[in-house]
Amino acid sequence: MTNLTDLTVAEIRDGFRAGDFSAREVAAAFNANVAAAKALNAFIVETPEKALEAADAADRARAAGEALKPLSGVPIGMKDLFCTEGVQTTAASHMLEGFKPTYESTVSKKLWDAGAGMLGKLNLDQFAMGSSNETSYYGNVISPWRRGGGDNAALAPGGSSGGSSAAISARLCPAATGTDTGGSIRQPAAFTGISGIKPTYGRCSRWGIVAFASSLDQAGPMARTVRDNAILLESMAGFDPKDSTSLDLAVPQWEASLSSDLRGKKVGIPREYRPDGLNAEIAALWDRGIEWLKDAGAEVVEVSLPHTKYALPTYYIIAPAEASSNLARYDGVRYGQRDLPDGAGLQDMYAATRAAGFGPEVKRRIMIGTYVLSAGFYDAYYTQAQKVRALIARDFDQAFEKCDLLLTPTAPSASFALGEKQADPLAMYLNDVFTVPASLAGLPAIAVPGGLDAQGLPLGLQIIGKALDEQTVLNAGLAIEERAGFAARPEKWW
Amino acid sequence: MSEYRIQGATGEWEVVIGLEVHAQVTSQAKLFSGAATAFGAEPNTQVSLVDAAMPGMLPVPNRECIRQAVRTGMAIKAQINKWSRFDRKNYFYADLPQGYQISQLYHPLVGEGAIEISLDEKNPDAQVKTIGIERIHVEQDAGKLMHDQHPTRSYVDLNRSGVALMEIVSKPDMRSPAEAGAYLSKLRTILRYVGSCDGNMDQGSMRADVNVSVRKPGEPFGTRTETKNVNSVRFVMAVVEHEASRQVDVLEAGGKVVQETRLYDPDKNETRSMRSKEDAHDYRYFPDPDLLPLELDDAFLEECRQSLPELPDAKRQRYEQALGLSAYNAATLTADADTARWFEALLAEGARIQKKSEGEVAKASANWLLSELYGALNRLGKTLEESPVSPEEGAELLALIADGTISGTIAKQVFEIMLETGDSAPRIVEEKGLKQTSDTGAIEAAVAKVLADNADKVEQYKAGKEALFGFFVGQTMKAMQGKANPQVVNELIRKALA
Repeated sequence: MTNLTDLTVAEIRDGFRAGDFSAREVAAAFNANVAAAKALNAFIVETPEKALEAADAADRARAAGEALKPLSGVPIGMKDLFCTEGVQTTAASHMLEGFKPTYESTVSKKLWDAGAGMLGKLNLDQFAMGSSNETSYYGNVISPWRRGGGDNAALAPGGSSGGSSAAISARLCPAATGTDTGGSIRQPAAFTGISGIKPTYGRCSRWGIVAFASSLDQAGPMARTVRDNAILLESMAGFDPKDSTSLDLAVPQWEASLSSDLRGKKVGIPREYRPDGLNAEIAALWDRGIEWLKDAGAEVVEVSLPHTKYALPTYYIIAPAEASSNLARYDGVRYGQRDLPDGAGLQDMYAATRAAGFGPEVKRRIMIGTYVLSAGFYDAYYTQAQKVRALIARDFDQAFEKCDLLLTPTAPSASFALGEKQADPLAMYLNDVFTVPASLAGLPAIAVPGGLDAQGLPLGLQIIGKALDEQTVLNAGLAIEERAGFAARPEKWW
Repeated sequence: MSEYRIQGATGEWEVVIGLEVHAQVTSQAKLFSGAATAFGAEPNTQVSLVDAAMPGMLPVPNRECIRQAVRTGMAIKAQINKWSRFDRKNYFYADLPQGYQISQLYHPLVGEGAIEISLDEKNPDAQVKTIGIERIHVEQDAGKLMHDQHPTRSYVDLNRSGVALMEIVSKPDMRSPAEAGAYLSKLRTILRYVGSCDGNMDQGSMRADVNVSVRKPGEPFGTRTETKNVNSVRFVMAVVEHEASRQVDVLEAGGKVVQETRLYDPDKNETRSMRSKEDAHDYRYFPDPDLLPLELDDAFLEECRQSLPELPDAKRQRYEQALGLSAYNAATLTADADTARWFEALLAEGARIQKKSEGEVAKASANWLLSELYGALNRLGKTLEESPVSPEEGAELLALIADGTISGTIAKQVFEIMLETGDSAPRIVEEKGLKQTSDTGAIEAAVAKVLADNADKVEQYKAGKEALFGFFVGQTMKAMQGKANPQVVNELIRKALA
């Protein structure tokens, strides 16, 4: 019999509908994999009973001949940034340890309403701030991947959605939610040989997602195939009156419109993404990617995104500025962590609570954000960054006059060893160099695996599309997926 | 009016005043959440997840609050900004769950406007001054700390957290306590007319931050202080008075006025320092990334404009010009929206039952309301809203006077009975037999008796003491128990004495 945990979301959905297996069998198989993978530390909370509950509901519905839902029979992982009713939601922080929301985020509710079941809450970088998962209060996730040649160094699964990426590549769940502020879906997907799409800003409601940087945060799916991403995104997206920035647009039928035929499409290759010293293996993969898209019928043109070099500094002003304000609510007054030293007044309580509740990276970003918004520096940093952000968005508008999509690498390197970059925050921030521009412009972008490097680690390619054109992004991703034939998977060591 | 000057040891000082008024927007729900806004509810019962700033919660602007602020802007003839934006004002306090207040610093909803104030109550058109309005922006209120619930702990009530406020910022155009008081009263009147704020200052629906500085006339502005949360017109005037003379004392003693925030203590009638500019917060204002800019379309603005009622200045002019009321009466009747509403109901009903125009019944209606009804309400300690007599019932009473059924004197008696029993005027007149008589026979008999009983006075009258005529009328009316038609009485006495 097929190994159920090797199936994609589409295969589970279709196999369950066809009666090849029960939803309970699927949920049980994934629950077993989750339980056996403690070494990866991918989950903060495991909820096998929730997965079984949804599976049983699906089985009953099928037995009763009722109409099945889009995700009936499919268990998934939920990034622990989404508030889940009655289930601890921490954002991987000590601050929210033990916090059980009385409400369900819009995106997770849509997934449950679509029939999906929850395997557990996935680990992440604390408050989604990080690119290696090392900032989690609950210990870092360890990538299931290892370098070849007997090097057993524990590797980073990427971040911030590192629990999601590790769990999917290790077959602990067929798909998971992620959130992407500056690359938090795409970079971990690239590091672990899976796919993940950040849709256009506003496609998915932010309601009930613990906020990092409001103008950038966007939820999206992560899975092993492009089709699975299309399936999940259809259930996650949609207008939400509870989020003023959510787009009041119908959700397209992305899966039904999937096509890897790119004839008539122009692919832009931004020259600024090929800096001196670009990793040769990444450059080579990028060239292969260009050939694959040509093979799919696309025409390739060179384009320029002149303000690319300012994207990272711009991002590291805007995101911390918003975060410094968004995280002010964690003050020990109403919920979560409270440290109240003897004889402490209100200010002492704030100081003690926030000192104990936030990790070093979160504190660093709160301080950067507070600084760039402070009187006397606001114009030099924040105002300036907003202007540059507009220029970056204009770069894309101009590029898209010449092409329909852009092809770039996802990350400047393959996964690195845990601890390797922790001492130097700036080196860590450079991980986002290819993903941040699309975030600043609010554009849809997908990461798809393209191949392995010499050490046997996955490398990813990124497709960036026009606003609201997720379809072209998915289609180009599919064209690469078909041609790359990426079938590598981590060898089980955990 | 003479200019307000403070006499100091070094000469005269002029006071410069600007007010920032926080007015709670009348709305069923809060500015960014669906929670209710009832006053006086049990603590923490009017709180949504958004108001408590739970993780992942997002603000969504309440259209009605925006609409009310726009209507208010229109009522002060202000620039309405079709594009505005919300900013976050960041600071930590236990009554501020988000750790920031959503406000509008950079791009307020309403721009410059103006309010006209009258400085002479008796003659409202005599001294009118225009006070500029700098802006109106909308923002969230904070919650409330309760320090009296526990010996060592403070409690937080979030019922007010997120309630919509309009901050109405004047220009530094006021020059005396009286002007500051008149401005605040007029602003309150306008808000109550528009219906955008109930103006209940004792419930905190309206409060003022009072900016005061002093200078020698003709010199540039001095350093100002800001006295926070002053919650009555009287207190605002007291703050200005106290703060101005305190600043004069400081300056004349060779000191400097410190730019600072002060608090007013009504019990001691003094202000005291709260915090100085040095330890002022750095609020780190920036555009709220959870909210899109607010863009208003023409249809929305047109609806706001159409929904505006007749405003106090226009109403006062109409009362004077179209209804022929005195300036003073017109001003008094329009000073409060409820009074004007009551008066207009009285007028409409009076015109209807007397089959006359409103102009024809206006004077009698205004006089009756302002003297008879107000006198009675004062005596009873009731407001107009609590009046035991409705406008319709008042109109019935006035109609009986107008058509000669009862005299003014009898009307007073009838009104007293109405207040006591709640009966209608026609019924009281009917049951008590108070109908005025024009039966000349009865009146002639009474006149004859009065003149016979006072033969000496008749002599005096005939000798030229004509003032006695009134005496004969009075005696006759008394004999008729007030029910005689005064015109007929006059006529018959004149005839008898001829």
